[in-house]
Amino acid sequence: MRKFLLGLAVLAVVAAACAPEEDDPPPADDGATATEPAPVDAASCATDAGTISDGVVTVGTGNPAFPPWWEGGTTDENADWEFNDPYLLEGFEGATVGAVAEQLGFGPDAIEFVPVPFNKSFAPGPKDFDFVLQQISYSDKRAEAVDFSESYYDVNQALVSVKGSEIEGATTLAELQSAELGAPLGTTSFDYIEQNIQPTEEPAVYNDLNGAVQALKNGQVDGIVVDLPTAFFVTAVQIPKGVIVGQFPTVGAQEYFALALEKDSALTECLDLALQRLKDDGTLPAIQQEWLADNASAPVIEG
Amino acid sequence: MTTAAGEAPRAVVIEGLHKSFGDLHVLRGIDLQVADHEVICLIGASGSGKSTLLRCVNLIEPIDAGRIVVEGDEITAPGVDVDAIRRRIGIVFQSFNLFPHMSVLHNITLAPTKVVGTPAGEADAEARELLDRFGLADKAEEYPDRLSGGQQQRVAIMRALAMRPDIMLLDEVTSALDPELVAEVLDVIRELAAAGMTMLIATHEMGFARDIATRVCFLDDGVIAEHGPPEQIFGGPQHERTRQFLARIVAAGRM
Amino acid sequence: MAAGSGGTPNLHSPPGTPELDPRFPLPRGSRRSRILGGGEPGARSVWIAVASTVAFFGVAAILIVSSPGWPEIKSTFFNGRVFEESFPKIVRQFGTNVFIFLVAEVFVLIVALFFAVLRSLPGPVFAPLRILAIAYTDIFRGIPTILVISLLGFGMPALRLQGLPKSEVFWAIVALTLVYSAYVTEVYRAGIESVHPSQTAAARSLGLSRLQSMRHVILPQAVRRVVPPLLNDFIGLQKDSALVAFLGVVEALQTANIISAAEFNFTPFVSLALVYLVITIPQTRFVDWLVERDRKRRQGGTVL
Repeated sequence: MRKFLLGLAVLAVVAAACAPEEDDPPPADDGATATEPAPVDAASCATDAGTISDGVVTVGTGNPAFPPWWEGGTTDENADWEFNDPYLLEGFEGATVGAVAEQLGFGPDAIEFVPVPFNKSFAPGPKDFDFVLQQISYSDKRAEAVDFSESYYDVNQALVSVKGSEIEGATTLAELQSAELGAPLGTTSFDYIEQNIQPTEEPAVYNDLNGAVQALKNGQVDGIVVDLPTAFFVTAVQIPKGVIVGQFPTVGAQEYFALALEKDSALTECLDLALQRLKDDGTLPAIQQEWLADNASAPVIEG
Repeated sequence: MTTAAGEAPRAVVIEGLHKSFGDLHVLRGIDLQVADHEVICLIGASGSGKSTLLRCVNLIEPIDAGRIVVEGDEITAPGVDVDAIRRRIGIVFQSFNLFPHMSVLHNITLAPTKVVGTPAGEADAEARELLDRFGLADKAEEYPDRLSGGQQQRVAIMRALAMRPDIMLLDEVTSALDPELVAEVLDVIRELAAAGMTMLIATHEMGFARDIATRVCFLDDGVIAEHGPPEQIFGGPQHERTRQFLARIVAAGRM
Repeated sequence: MAAGSGGTPNLHSPPGTPELDPRFPLPRGSRRSRILGGGEPGARSVWIAVASTVAFFGVAAILIVSSPGWPEIKSTFFNGRVFEESFPKIVRQFGTNVFIFLVAEVFVLIVALFFAVLRSLPGPVFAPLRILAIAYTDIFRGIPTILVISLLGFGMPALRLQGLPKSEVFWAIVALTLVYSAYVTEVYRAGIESVHPSQTAAARSLGLSRLQSMRHVILPQAVRRVVPPLLNDFIGLQKDSALVAFLGVVEALQTANIISAAEFNFTPFVSLALVYLVITIPQTRFVDWLVERDRKRRQGGTVL
């Protein structure tokens, strides 16, 4: 009997220790009421919404930071980042982050980067970033778990192969049906293969881009499906005999990349305002032109 | 090797046998000659080297010095085929050592079928004959753990006999048995002796030794202190140590 | 009350045990009563066990469900819709895992036996073989399995040698076989060493060669003794079959990864965990039953 009571006592102590934490109080706003008019620009929106770290906006992205999304190479200062140092704010995503942050009222020195593995971008619990970007496509299902900004890039999928492969000269989806294809995880590329190409061979899915590239080099797959800008990077740099067989036509709604935030984040609105402004004043198209110039020059593979 | 022209080789000849375990010098120069059909009983205190001697003859223990010759072949010579020699020498241990994962019948037929290549049917029939002869025919399909100690030991003897050895070595085969089970095993051994099997028997059973032995060897401190016919050893021992040993046995009520 | 006076006949104990008093429903020391914390028999200890179990898990459940993060956890990890969608797909792809671990296990049992026997060969002449066996087990128990899989699965095809297969499943099976054989070699060795040397003495003295003794006398006994750890390692192998996902093969884990990434939801991993539990729990219960049966057989029903 005594042991039983002792056990209950232990349980009670444990229960007390596990009491829910107090949430941090929300940032004080300046006496605003629910009827306050909507903010006009991204900066004041951001001030109202607050960031996880005062005076700084924290941006998450994947490590390695692949071109052409990030450029400029690695630095000694931030040696943890592979391929490119995001702090340089170069590359398509790098420049976009710089521009968006500026709209929000944060200069280049007020931007912090944290490496966020793909799975962590939508893991539950408090986030260690204000928003994250790593070529994450919007989908309705995903939007149930996180907040998405509007598009910062409309994307098409492309097929990469090697010189001399059977599918090198393919121009129709039908020609790809007997091929062994692969795609990186977490991309809509795999869905595209399953739904639109429907090959007879089971496609492969790699945990990251490196795996997909290695498999293509080894001849373990005939081709890999990646987004078009990545296709250019991969064939220019990573696969010596790589070729872009072509890009795939959009099926259904246009796929686009968006910034992802914690569900119901107050910053989402602010990011939308920022992106809208950047599109209106031509900044975003210019960034695209600078970093993703070869967009149009891949043939389209007909359905 | 023959001792003289026309004379048959001795069953076992042991010359100058030494054996140590680390620092412990157990056998300090054993000399022994065993003729065919002889039954030699080895007696002596624990630790005197009886078991060790038998295990050397069977080559389970490598010797340090000396030689052993069995049926004219020097078995302690380098490069000798150990397995072939062991086929000709049967040994039965104090702790029976039956194979627990096999039936009694299989225990007996394993070596003949695998080592000699006897066809299974033949080996089976011979095994059953042995079991019948020694009164365990109904136990053929049983597993060893279902048998009493005495029954297991008898199976162990039959297992050794199945290989038709020239010589049998019996290492204190009744020491682990309850007293009422000892007799059945001794009967088996008596029968073997009567049938003419050459045997070296290490034993504590003095009465049995007196009955069955052609010669008794008293081992003391790693050498054969005295040997001779049972009447001599038990009736009129000539060495002081032998007398002391036998006196202790009598005092313990074991003779 | 003395046992046997007025109690109902007990149909479950081995014959010969005394009849039990109904106040003490479980035979003293029986396995069930041991799990329930017996030593003292009695309905009372059963009730205490039940009550404290319910209390503990009840309180734990309440704590979890009332934490502030629970709704988020629930929809991320225990989402009904995603579960319904992912579970059948994962089960279907699990066939690949089953193929991998079944094939690998067959080879593991054989390869490990080979190395275990190699390791046990005595004498200076066999030293190189023993060293080979030791090096093998050291290397493959030392390198993390995922590394072995990626080194072989990506590395071997990269060598572009004629005739070397490129299939990821093939290399995953090879990698898993190499790694798990290293562990199972040690399990076999423990089994072999647990067989008393007198068995070897008896076998050799009948004229059986070293190999024959091993094959007919030692190994049958050794293997029987190590069935539980062998089954444990097999279960580990089943779980590690998921590592082939790293090579791109769309089996159960990768399917869970794909759905998870597509929907930003972790429920598919819960589905996968469930599939694994459904497969492995029966095996662990089976091992328990085997051990119990063997113990009863050896001790003849005596309870220690």
